[in-house]
Amino acid sequence: MTDILMPALSPTMEEGTLAKWHVKVGDTVASGDVIAEIETDKATMEVEAVDEGVIEELLVEAGAEGVKVNAPIARLSGGAAPAKSAPVADEPKAAEAQASGDPEKTSPAEDKAEQPEGDGPAAVRPKEALADPEIPEGAKLVKTTVRDALRDAMAEEMRRDDTVFLMGEEVAQYQGAYKVSRGLLEEFGERRVIDTPITEHGFAGLGVGAAMAGLKPIVEFMTWNFAMQAIDHIINSAAKTHYMSGGQITTPMVFRGPNGAASRVAAQHSQDYAAWYAHVPGLKVIAPYDAADAKGLLKAAIRDPNPVVFLEHEMLYGQEFDVPEGEDHVLPIGLAKVRRNGADVTITAYSRMVGLALKAAEELAAEGIEAEVVDLRTIRPLDHDTIVDSVKKTHRLVTVEEGWGPMGVGAEVIARVIEHAFDYLDAPPARVCQEDVPLPYAANLEAASLPSVEKIVKAAKAVCYRS
Amino acid sequence: MARAKQAAKTGASPAETVESLSKDQLLGFYRDMLLIRRFEERAGQLYGMGLIGGFCHLYIGQEAIAVGVQSIQEEGDQVITAYRDHGHMLACGMDPNEVMAELTGRAGGSSKGKGGSMHMFSREANFYGGHGIVGAPAPLGTGLALANRYRDNGKVAFTYFGDGAANQGQVYESFNMAALWKLPVVYLIENNQYAMGTSLERSSSETHMYKRGASFRIPGEEVDGMDVLAVRDAAKRAAAHARSGEGPFILEMKTYRYRGHSMSDPAKYRTREEVDEVRKTRDPIEHLREKLEKDGVADEATLKAIDAEVKRIVADAAEFARTSPEPDLSELYTEVYVEAAQ
Repeated sequence: MTDILMPALSPTMEEGTLAKWHVKVGDTVASGDVIAEIETDKATMEVEAVDEGVIEELLVEAGAEGVKVNAPIARLSGGAAPAKSAPVADEPKAAEAQASGDPEKTSPAEDKAEQPEGDGPAAVRPKEALADPEIPEGAKLVKTTVRDALRDAMAEEMRRDDTVFLMGEEVAQYQGAYKVSRGLLEEFGERRVIDTPITEHGFAGLGVGAAMAGLKPIVEFMTWNFAMQAIDHIINSAAKTHYMSGGQITTPMVFRGPNGAASRVAAQHSQDYAAWYAHVPGLKVIAPYDAADAKGLLKAAIRDPNPVVFLEHEMLYGQEFDVPEGEDHVLPIGLAKVRRNGADVTITAYSRMVGLALKAAEELAAEGIEAEVVDLRTIRPLDHDTIVDSVKKTHRLVTVEEGWGPMGVGAEVIARVIEHAFDYLDAPPARVCQEDVPLPYAANLEAASLPSVEKIVKAAKAVCYRS
Repeated sequence: MARAKQAAKTGASPAETVESLSKDQLLGFYRDMLLIRRFEERAGQLYGMGLIGGFCHLYIGQEAIAVGVQSIQEEGDQVITAYRDHGHMLACGMDPNEVMAELTGRAGGSSKGKGGSMHMFSREANFYGGHGIVGAPAPLGTGLALANRYRDNGKVAFTYFGDGAANQGQVYESFNMAALWKLPVVYLIENNQYAMGTSLERSSSETHMYKRGASFRIPGEEVDGMDVLAVRDAAKRAAAHARSGEGPFILEMKTYRYRGHSMSDPAKYRTREEVDEVRKTRDPIEHLREKLEKDGVADEATLKAIDAEVKRIVADAAEFARTSPEPDLSELYTEVYVEAAQ
């Protein structure tokens, strides 16, 4: 004997009307036969038999309203069905137990003890484990542009690992829209340096598929602005798959390209995506400033088994910095760098903004304010220990970012400082960011919209209560 | 149904007859299709009881496609599809217990309860999901094919999506690159006539899905997706084409889903008669069963034994899915990132 139960049309349905019976007592039914119609205020649906047997009894009359989900509505004789195949009779209990929501079983929010700080345990690394490698005694430092440092990082990793390849628009024959991939086609051939059509959504998806199959693609976007066409694959396909698959499928890959405002290219070509991607668990987000970090962090990103969003800056590509010679310059992801020590105010910045912050610090020093400049380098996982340690020393904080302020990187940095160093603050923190408008084209409006040395100096003085 | 309408350059081998297949193969097709049917019926029941949450898209009516295509795949070939995925997983050989337990969100599920109906994977079975965004399998599957080409391993990526997804732009971006680079991918468009509640005619300016690759010079065929042998036959040709370096191939599988788009779809956009007509005249399982009996491949007792075996597997899966514990709370924070092996 098997009870047929009132089914739910949706996860939220609790009761409904048994509108009509399609069978009567004595009828023989088989799997898939329509036996009844039920309806709610939203929909009507047919109920099909799952088990075989003869209808013994109809427990609810046609037209009955308010029939509770999981209430028995009919009784089926065993028929041909072996008892084992009809576990229905004792199922309501299990269903009720679930529906009633045993808090011990179903309320992760209450388990505060397990709640991580910041990026969650998956993203937090033991601090001791992270340190920039010592530059060996006597190592030669070579003046290198950010552009060439990025190229060298890719070339070195491609020599080291045959599963690493580069794909994107104009990366091969044209040598890169910004010449970042210069020489790579020549060295590695068209199997590993692949020119794609202008088809960001498509080639980002192809890259993720190839990564699922175990390759390590570097997907170049001509600029991150165009990656909005591909954001579904970056987030839904790349960032979430390891979790959704219970750890079975990984997507080891790098999405990279220039991010932020270039010069006079206006609203649709000028945007900082750091906050967008740093919002997403499963992604790592890196935004380096100088050539040594660009190289060391891109090498780390390529070796990392996770999807990494690597945000470069067009206006830094041509700038030269010292880079340690050799192929072993790999930096840890998730470690900020104090670029200037100071006791009076902490200024956090990333990417091109680090240069502005350092200049601002010089001007502030001339006025007797010693600023400590923290280069975030990695936006996710955010190294809040370095930030918090600095603020505990300086008691004042200015955040600088090229993106919009609301819900931005600065907002997150300030939230972390308030969570971890509230009592150390001597003034409300300040944000320097792009004005809350699409970036205008006119030279004067563009300049007025973006962060500047002057704006950073002004904000730092304000939090120091100096005019 | 006419096959090979746009036969391209296929060296179409004569269709396999029942006689050319072994008895075991034929009974295997019957069993595999029946397993999917009974599994899905049970999933529908568990959904009705509140044991399965969220969305649940059943494969009932479309069983011949996953089973027929799987039957010609070689070891190492990959499969990827969207969220009507339970049938493909069973056809790939994934454990019904694990699939059902994933539907109920339990620790014993194939994704430990963290993926659900729409997000399941199996590295072992070369099943790459299980994707909740309908057009996404097209570029992802093409990427699997890119990896096959990169490694020159002779494998083919079988990439499924529906007639609804076939209107997404990323499908054509993928077609373009697959054809341009001659990637070993077979696109299987499961045309079940309805993109959720919108019929093909109301959503598609070109309703013949097999023609959708024409502007990329991808050959396509229309296939009776309700006939497992026709599916197998066409898939064999398409796979040979892709595997030989000729590039992608499109198979439009004409099929029909008996149930609503998801469990919460009352399917008011079509008539009861339309559904009944297909069930009565084109059901893939009945069709094969009759054929097996008529041709003397199997007698009633043999088929009944298979029915009983399938019933037991599904009952066991349901039992496992009900009794497997919910995932441990510590699972909440695991597998967000892969630990670096450096």
